[in-house]
Amino acid sequence: MRVRAFSSRVTKEILRDPLTLGFGLGFPVVLIVLLSAIQANIPVDLFEIERLAPGMVVFGLAFISLFAATLIARDRESAFLQRLFATPMTPADFIIGYALPFIPMAAAQSAVCYCVAFIIGLTPSVNVLYSVLSVIPLSLFFIFFGLMCGSVLSVKQVGGICGALFTNLTAWLSGIWFDLDLVGGAFKKAAEILPFYHAVNAERSIIAGVTTGMGTDIAVTAVYTAAAAVTAILLFLKQMKKR
Amino acid sequence: MNRAIEINGLTKRYKELTAVDDLTLEVKSGELFSLLGVNGAGKTTTVKMLSCLVSPTSGDALLCGKSIVKSPAEVKRLIGVSPQETAVAPLLSVRENLMMMCGVHGMNKSDAAAKTKFAIDEFALGEAADRRAGKLSGGWQRRLSIALACISDPEILFLDEPTLGLDVIARSELWDTVRSLKGKVTVILTTHYMEEAEALSDRIGIMRSGHLLTVGTTDEIKQKTGKDKFEDAFIATVKEG
Repeated sequence: MRVRAFSSRVTKEILRDPLTLGFGLGFPVVLIVLLSAIQANIPVDLFEIERLAPGMVVFGLAFISLFAATLIARDRESAFLQRLFATPMTPADFIIGYALPFIPMAAAQSAVCYCVAFIIGLTPSVNVLYSVLSVIPLSLFFIFFGLMCGSVLSVKQVGGICGALFTNLTAWLSGIWFDLDLVGGAFKKAAEILPFYHAVNAERSIIAGVTTGMGTDIAVTAVYTAAAAVTAILLFLKQMKKR
Repeated sequence: MNRAIEINGLTKRYKELTAVDDLTLEVKSGELFSLLGVNGAGKTTTVKMLSCLVSPTSGDALLCGKSIVKSPAEVKRLIGVSPQETAVAPLLSVRENLMMMCGVHGMNKSDAAAKTKFAIDEFALGEAADRRAGKLSGGWQRRLSIALACISDPEILFLDEPTLGLDVIARSELWDTVRSLKGKVTVILTTHYMEEAEALSDRIGIMRSGHLLTVGTTDEIKQKTGKDKFEDAFIATVKEG
């Protein structure tokens, strides 16, 4: 009951924030349309809709981190969390209550991206459904990263770290915009160590229906998800104790 | 009369700073007790310790017989807290805020709806019930904040600077709200407005630099200091203490 009440509040706060809806749903869609228009004039393999759409689905998840972090930081700054810390809510109620509403949002965001991709030319197949479903576990990394940042940063800092730095990291180090081999060296190595490139690879493999070689991509993102979850929980608990 | 709160040697230190020093105090059930003091007196830290938001460095307090050190989860079921800052969900309506708080306290949907309706009537929030909390004036938000703290029928209610920053009219309206709670629930109110403490309290504790300087009714405090006005009695207590 406690988790349901709290997550229902989180859902309403997300859906009633026009910035969240605009950026979360609008921005990846605009990019799909824009890059597809470029592709139509100057063909680039990377911007073929079969490769672009899953990339944009992952890029869109970076905004989920921003929204989660902003919500928690705002709750901390407004003393709303302080009020709730003095109720019978447990740490698990808070973590689940914050995280849960972002999962359907991530799935909805990817579904919208694929709907636009269908209009542009992506062939509908069951792989798209698999891709949308695979976003559910994949989104956990981005959600927990947001919880992590929101637990320690101010709203202003969240804007800088999650809004600027993290979205750019997701964009540049994922191989969505350009082939990482073009840069190579340390840049490519860094991209391969981080989860973004692997998350995009996994989504592209699912859309292509080619599951061989996905093991590494899944393993890397799973490790980062676990690390983000543990860190987010520890930082949130520390925040609760600090008060 | 039963004791709702028994505080024994409660102390909170932050590195070099002692925010609350060896506080010992008893508050009777149904009493409206005010902690009065200038900024930095230790009022908010005391409330935070009593509401299990901050762990004491030493000492303990029993709230309705439950220890804040040993049984914080049980204490949290007994209390309601209205923090100093307006702590409401801004994009939720007044009604939704109250419903959410009922759910947070484990009420089912029908109980929550009934309780919310009651709270809207009790705190005269009907006019604003379906407006978003973030769009309300400071006075309305504070009234909602107190309603949220009361929604679980707490045994003990903490109101931390409930009228801070409000205009005269909003403050007067909120005083009426607080007066309506007298006798129904034990209230610990922190304030640095002397007239507020004088108008609302059964007893007052004056704090300075983490120390409780004196406790009594306004008349007792005036008598102790030999002053006619409570404001003068407060100044004399703080200066001499």
